[in-house]
Amino acid sequence: MDADRIGRTLTRIAHEILERNRGIEDLALIGIRTRGVPLARRLAEMLRDIQGHDVPTGTLDITLYRDDLMRTAVGGQPVVRKTEIPFSIGDKRILLVDDVLYTGRTIRAALDALIEFGRPRAIQLVVLVDRGHRELPIKADYVGKNVPTSLTQSVQVHLTEIDGRDEVEILES
Amino acid sequence: MKKDLLGIGDLTTDEIYRVLDTAEAMREIGQRPIKKVPTLRGKTVVNLFYEASTRTRTSFEIAEKRLSADTLSIAVATSSAQKGETLADTALNLEAMAPDMIVLRHASSGAGHLLSRICKSRIINAGDGMHEHPTQALLDAFTIREHKKRIDGLKVAIVGDLLHSRVLRSNVLLLTRLGAEVWVCGPATLVPTGIEQCGVRVSTSIAEAVADADVIMMLRIQQERMQGAFFPSLREYFHTFGMTAARVALARPDVIIMHPGPMNRGVEIASDVADGRSSVILEQVANGVAVRMAVLYLLGGGREGD
Repeated sequence: MDADRIGRTLTRIAHEILERNRGIEDLALIGIRTRGVPLARRLAEMLRDIQGHDVPTGTLDITLYRDDLMRTAVGGQPVVRKTEIPFSIGDKRILLVDDVLYTGRTIRAALDALIEFGRPRAIQLVVLVDRGHRELPIKADYVGKNVPTSLTQSVQVHLTEIDGRDEVEILES
Repeated sequence: MKKDLLGIGDLTTDEIYRVLDTAEAMREIGQRPIKKVPTLRGKTVVNLFYEASTRTRTSFEIAEKRLSADTLSIAVATSSAQKGETLADTALNLEAMAPDMIVLRHASSGAGHLLSRICKSRIINAGDGMHEHPTQALLDAFTIREHKKRIDGLKVAIVGDLLHSRVLRSNVLLLTRLGAEVWVCGPATLVPTGIEQCGVRVSTSIAEAVADADVIMMLRIQQERMQGAFFPSLREYFHTFGMTAARVALARPDVIIMHPGPMNRGVEIASDVADGRSSVILEQVANGVAVRMAVLYLLGGGREGD
């Protein structure tokens, strides 16, 4: 996917979000670090452009909830960064945003983390790319693009805010 | 990270910054409605305290609980040490019950190193005699960085009972490594021999030490460790080395006043300074939990070469 395609995909998702939720009342966006964060911000801007008001937007770091944390035999612990959710998630419809949906383990961790901040009315999942190979019973509500991949491939999402360009590429490893 | 955290020397400069950055993230957990993450679930941490401690022990316990570790605290007054058991034997017996980490506070310098040699559990030094107290220095650095946005190039004046202070040793090692200009000041009888070889400036004049300082760190007069008369009286000590508002005024206007606690008001620090606008003493305590969570997390995972 190139920059143009990513832009149009996000615009489509923004409209789907409005359609499914009948407006942006009670909606909030939470991006999963790292690349879910700029995606959530872009969706927030698009929703504001369409509806004329702001959607609260937060950032979630799921490192401390990973199921493989204390199992690594070699090397140090993964870097923990800040979670910033500057609003109450209670009774909100949360749109959880990530770049790639793969095994589903990140989303499992994110759901566990979110629940500790309160009891949202609903949590919906937004991903730019669904590459398949789920290991947990998790499904996205909004998918930018379904990309069939093999286990030997890796999906790299580059976003301008972090990587200086917008592109999704599939690499053979 | 190495297996144990016994002193600042166990950390590379990168690891120091890693601890400080991780602590930033950990602090947010303390502001949540549910102040707990599952990270250390199933890990057992023993807090083995051979010396009186309120702050450090509570701080470690809260940090451990916020990370979901199973914790137990052993205060020596109620332990078998009273019946004559040695530290090594107590440690080996605890070790037989397979804890993952032992947090040790002991009156003898090097107690942590002894446990490090005989235990498979990771050892965190929570203060060993007059030697080191690494997590205190890390939380001090965290507090300084939060206020000053940097540590490099700051003038830090550490004033008080230098001789008996493990907080001093850990802070000197840490702050000089991070590029601070560290001044130490106290009565000549309480200046450790050779301290200037650690890259600090030594002064027995408090006016010189605190002049234009960005940070003033006061150290407690540790009467319990003093065998002999190091100064004529507490009143005279306060008169010569106590931190008063007039002395604070010699430092930079945005100076922060620190104290690792417990404070002796009217001995090393005047009450109006301890409670004053520049004091960050209670922030240090709050930051201690986040910094200890960071240390527990970073030590808690797999180990290189396991």
